[in-house]
Amino acid sequence: MTLVATLIVGALLSVAITEPSQAEPVDDSLIIDGELQMTTRVKAPPEHPLDEILSGWLYRTPETRAMEADSFENPGMLYVEQGEDIWNQTSGALGRSCATCHGDATLSMNGVGAHYPKWHAASERPINIELRINQCRIENMAAEPYAFDSEEQKALTTYIKYQSLGQPVAIDLDAGGMRSWWGEGKNLYYRRMGQLNLACASCHENYSGRHLRADHLSQGNSNGFPTYRLKQASMVSLHNRFRGCIRDTRAEFPPAFSDELMALEVYLAWRGAGLSVETPAVRQ
Amino acid sequence: MKLSRRRALHLSAGAAVLAAIPASLLSAAAADATPADERLQQFTGGRTPLRDKITLTAPEIAENGNTVPVSIHVDSPMNRHSYVEAVTLLAPGNPNPGVITFHFTPNSGSADATTRIRLAKTQTLIAVARLNDGTVFMDEKNVKVTIGGCGG
Amino acid sequence: MATPKPRVKVPRRAAAGEIITIKTLISHKMESGRRINKQGSLVPRQIINKFRCDFNGETVFSCDIEPAIASNPYFSFKARVDAGGVFTFTWSDDNGDVYSTQKTIELTS
Repeated sequence: MTLVATLIVGALLSVAITEPSQAEPVDDSLIIDGELQMTTRVKAPPEHPLDEILSGWLYRTPETRAMEADSFENPGMLYVEQGEDIWNQTSGALGRSCATCHGDATLSMNGVGAHYPKWHAASERPINIELRINQCRIENMAAEPYAFDSEEQKALTTYIKYQSLGQPVAIDLDAGGMRSWWGEGKNLYYRRMGQLNLACASCHENYSGRHLRADHLSQGNSNGFPTYRLKQASMVSLHNRFRGCIRDTRAEFPPAFSDELMALEVYLAWRGAGLSVETPAVRQ
Repeated sequence: MKLSRRRALHLSAGAAVLAAIPASLLSAAAADATPADERLQQFTGGRTPLRDKITLTAPEIAENGNTVPVSIHVDSPMNRHSYVEAVTLLAPGNPNPGVITFHFTPNSGSADATTRIRLAKTQTLIAVARLNDGTVFMDEKNVKVTIGGCGG
Repeated sequence: MATPKPRVKVPRRAAAGEIITIKTLISHKMESGRRINKQGSLVPRQIINKFRCDFNGETVFSCDIEPAIASNPYFSFKARVDAGGVFTFTWSDDNGDVYSTQKTIELTS
C-alpha cells in the first residue's frame, strides 16, 4: 500500500473509532531550542515491515510536544544535570570518576549512545549503556554496579545518551552474534503473550496511529529512552518500559537485561534506525 | 430565582457565593457548601467573581493527569493604583480542590503565571483573580483527563 | 532525587522598564501524601509549599503551593526590571529545608 493510501485508510479507521482530532501522527517538526533539527520521520529500508519510521513525539499532544522542544521546559534535563554531577563524582575503591578516564563527556561521549546496543565480545552478548556503565564501575573503578533503575543508573544513562542528541540511531548488526540476537528480538516482538494474548506488534505495528483507550499508539520506538514520562513525572528506562508493557498484557515479564529483553532492545534499535536520539524525550 | 440579584447579594456571604458560582462548582446537595465553594468564598471574601479580565489556559485533553500544563493571564495595568493581588486555581474534582495561589505585586509588570498541575479526573478547572481593591474575576476550563493504554 | 536542584532562566540583560519572563524548575518528588508505596503503606506528604522571587530584596512574585502541583515544580512568571540587580529565588520544603539560587541582571540602557 502506498504511504498516502495507508494514511487515508488509517485516518478513516481512526475516525471511525475515535474523535478525528488526534487521528494520525502530526505533521510537525521537532527543533530543539529553535536550533537543533531532529529527525522524527525516516523512510524505512526495504526489508522493514513499515513504509516510514516515526518518532513517538509525533503522536503526543501539542503541550507534550512543546515540552520536549524547549530544553528548559523539558524536566528530563534535570536528570541530565544530575547525570553530569555523577559523571564527575568519584566512586569506588580506586577513587575514580567517569571523568578520570573519559574526561569531558560532551567530547568523549559525543555520538556514543546512538550506536548502542553494541556487541560485547567478552560476555558474548549485546551490551547497552546501563550494562556498560556497570562493567566500567566493576572493572575500572572497583565500585559496586548500579541496581536496575536506581536513580544514578537512570541519570547517568540519560546524561550519556544525551550526548548523542539529534544523531541518528545506527547499530552494527554485523558485529559478533548481533544478527542472531536481532532474530530472537524479532521473534519476541511478534510473539503473542499473556492473558490478553498481545504481541508488541499487535499495538505498535498493526494499530499505531489509533487509540488504545485514550492513548494515541505510537510505533513504539526506543530512540527517546530513558524518557521523561508525565505519568511517573520522572525518567523511565527502556527495560522498565518493556517490563511494564509486557505486564500490561498480563504476561510474566522477563528480568531487566535478560536475554529476551536484550534481544528486544537490539531489534527495536533496528526498527527505529535513522531516528534522532531524543533522550531525554518527553512522553505521556 | 425568587430573590432579585441585589437582594441575594445582601444575604449571608455563603449564600451569595453560592448564587454566583457556576453550576460546575455546585454539589448535588446545593445547600451544603463544597470544599471548593468554601475555598472560593475564603478567597473572594464573599464577593461575586465576574467572568472577565482573567484567562485560564489549559489543554482540552490532558495527555496524563499527573502533569498538566496550565497558565493564567489577567488584564491589568499592574501599577500601584490597580494591580492583581492574587490568583488562585481550584480543581473541584480533586480530593483537595486547592491547587496553588499566585501572589503578584506591581513589580510583576504583568499578571501572568504558568505551572504544571495534577488532575485526578476530568473536571472544570477554575481560576479566580483578586485585585488590590477587592474586586474578583474568574475563568474556567474543562479538562478531560484520560486513562492510558492498558492502564500502562 | 538527591538534593533538590533548582534551574532558573532569567535574561542577562533588559532595558529599563522592560517586562521579562522568568522560568523556574526544581527537582522534587512532591509527595502528595496520597500515594501508596509498593509495601502498601501511605507515603507521607512532602512537598515544596512556597516559592518566592525577590528582586534586590523586594518580593516580586510568590506562590502558596499545594500537593496538586506536579513533581519537579515548574513556574513561569513576569517581572518588570527598572534597575540592574539580583533576583533571589527560594523554595521552601515541608521538612523545613529551603533551597535557593540567584541570578544577576544588567540594564542595557
